[in-house]
Amino acid sequence: MDLLRFITAGSVDDGKSTLIGRLLYDSKSILADQLEAIERASKSRDDGEIDLALLTDGLRSEREQGITIDVAYRYFQTPKRKFIIVDAPGHIQYTRNMVTGASNCQLAIVLVDARHGVVEQTRRHSLIASLLGIPHIVVAINKMDLVGYSQDVFSDICIHYAELAKKLNVKHVSYIPLSALNGDNVVDRSSSMGWYEGPTLLEHLETVDIEDTDLDQQAPLPGRFPVQYVIRPQTAELHDYRGYAGKITSGSFRKGDSVTVLPSGETSTIDAIEIAETHLDEAVSPMSVVLHLATDVDISRGDLIVRSDSQPTSSQSLEAMLCWMDTKECKVGNKYVLQVGTSRTRCSVREIVYQLNVNTYEEIDGIENLKLNDLAKIVLRTAQPVSFDSYQENRATGGAILIDETSNVTVGAVMLVGEA
Amino acid sequence: MKLDYLDQLESEAIHIMREVAGQFERPALLFSGGKDSITLVHLALKAFRPGKFPFPLVHIDTGHNFQEALDYRDNLADRIGEKLIVRYVEDTIREKKLKEPTGRNATRNGLQTFTLLDTIEEFEFDACIGGARRDEEKARAKERVFSVRDEFGSWDPKRQRPELWNLYNGRIHKGENVRVFPISNWTELDVWNYIRREKIELPSIYFAHERELLIRDGKLMATAGGVIKPEADDQLVTRRVRFRTVGDISCTAASESQASTLDDVIDEIQATRISERGETRMDDQLSEAAMEDRKKGGYF
Repeated sequence: MDLLRFITAGSVDDGKSTLIGRLLYDSKSILADQLEAIERASKSRDDGEIDLALLTDGLRSEREQGITIDVAYRYFQTPKRKFIIVDAPGHIQYTRNMVTGASNCQLAIVLVDARHGVVEQTRRHSLIASLLGIPHIVVAINKMDLVGYSQDVFSDICIHYAELAKKLNVKHVSYIPLSALNGDNVVDRSSSMGWYEGPTLLEHLETVDIEDTDLDQQAPLPGRFPVQYVIRPQTAELHDYRGYAGKITSGSFRKGDSVTVLPSGETSTIDAIEIAETHLDEAVSPMSVVLHLATDVDISRGDLIVRSDSQPTSSQSLEAMLCWMDTKECKVGNKYVLQVGTSRTRCSVREIVYQLNVNTYEEIDGIENLKLNDLAKIVLRTAQPVSFDSYQENRATGGAILIDETSNVTVGAVMLVGEA
Repeated sequence: MKLDYLDQLESEAIHIMREVAGQFERPALLFSGGKDSITLVHLALKAFRPGKFPFPLVHIDTGHNFQEALDYRDNLADRIGEKLIVRYVEDTIREKKLKEPTGRNATRNGLQTFTLLDTIEEFEFDACIGGARRDEEKARAKERVFSVRDEFGSWDPKRQRPELWNLYNGRIHKGENVRVFPISNWTELDVWNYIRREKIELPSIYFAHERELLIRDGKLMATAGGVIKPEADDQLVTRRVRFRTVGDISCTAASESQASTLDDVIDEIQATRISERGETRMDDQLSEAAMEDRKKGGYF
């Protein structure tokens, strides 16, 4: 069975929590005691109807304030597939939280209120999904019950959204009319929208093709292996054992492959590939394995082993898209730690090329500093050369984080574009 | 080549453990002899063999543990030749003159936090790997894989670090520590399916057996070792049961079951309509935010 990670984007008013609740409820993924708990909680509120949104508010302050504070993860499965729902809050600190949640997802559900159509939020969520390289977007047009299940309303929104999608880098867009509150087209087919012939939301999630999760690549992605840890038992019988432990973050490696170790540039060939002492001839992403090389090369954590036939860019001057995630502003000249894969190096922000207006997609020049939730194109200068791929081609080696050296907090999400 | 979901979860967990090994100086793996931490040990074998673990196994023993789990714990540490550190809640109670909860449903479970924080200080652990899963509880669903705790072990849900792609930021100040949850994305059923696939041995109390119990507030509680003293209106019974989780005896309920093999157990879990913690953990039902409040206090 395979695994699909998807994010739901939309403000509280769009019915996001209700949609997740409905998906879990109608797919029978809520157990009796959990249901009783929300029934009890619903009764103490107003109209006595079960409030499915209560399922997703996990923290005391969220229940007190009726808002969602942080990303939560939920799990369910059907006979066809396992799912991880990344439930990102729509309200406060939206950009930061959505970026956090979206970074590992293969699909995004963008909720649209049928009464309001495409609004600023829709544009913002779609832009983030596109920047983060999520290959599949489902535009879930919710609250169809409040527009009389009108096919015209649905068609108008589809046309409007398709215009917007043209400006974005999104591979596959699907449109589903539904009512999360009443359960129309979420798990069960709606009897009120006979005109809609497409799949229900769950059918779509169960069948969408996620084989090809990595962006616009026709050819297979290149082999990349950031070294996490060196295994050296140093016992009498394993005196010379030296295994490089890590995860293949993209592509594949075969025994006998010529590899290059970065940043040193030394070359060797793969002598053995192991998982828990079992030898393999070939290993693919995302397997965690141990590699052995034919020659003695100086390798430690932070190095990147790549297939010699397809090497990444190495540079100390990088152009990148940045989502700023801290309340402390990011100013030109500030220094941070840049982490790409397992390697860390100090860097400084050389230039803010432009800030991106997340609602209009306009590029704003002349910006000196970035505030929480701002998106911008920047130039970074690093202390050591960084080996990377463009994020648009390879999420694994193109995604990076900025860390504040004094607070140690992760302050920026970086999507590397290329050499500056 | 396409990876099955269990392979994907396994690979992710191994990756997380190796990040701990690469980023921290003095990590530990919290090991109780329950199925989740047993799974962690199995994953650590896959992550680091033929090398030694870069961390000791640490058990915070409440003194109210099932003997079967303790025996399993000691045998496993022995068999794999890794270091096991045990610290006792009993000692903390004595040394710090802590007040033990009394009364009908008294449990030492909450006092574990004190012993855990002392142990972290004693060994200067900067990371503690634990077997918590996000599907267990609604507050857990919000927690990061790398969960930074302050010097009091306290979790602040509003100050969590963004966690992007598969990049984990374990940088901390001295005195802080990180709780790391490699099987965050696993569900109860995933753990059982993995145990079956990997043929991992478990303590016998996970399988159906006859046991003396008392019925209290509708739950079947073990009388093992006299931890729970029967009161006048408690009904003593002998039933065929198994345990779905293995925690402190005083707050872990048994389930009636005929499931004596892994296949039976998995069938039973697939058919159940009650969640793992809902069925077995008395301590989560004390209030709506019981788990969240304990974690803010430094609990795992």
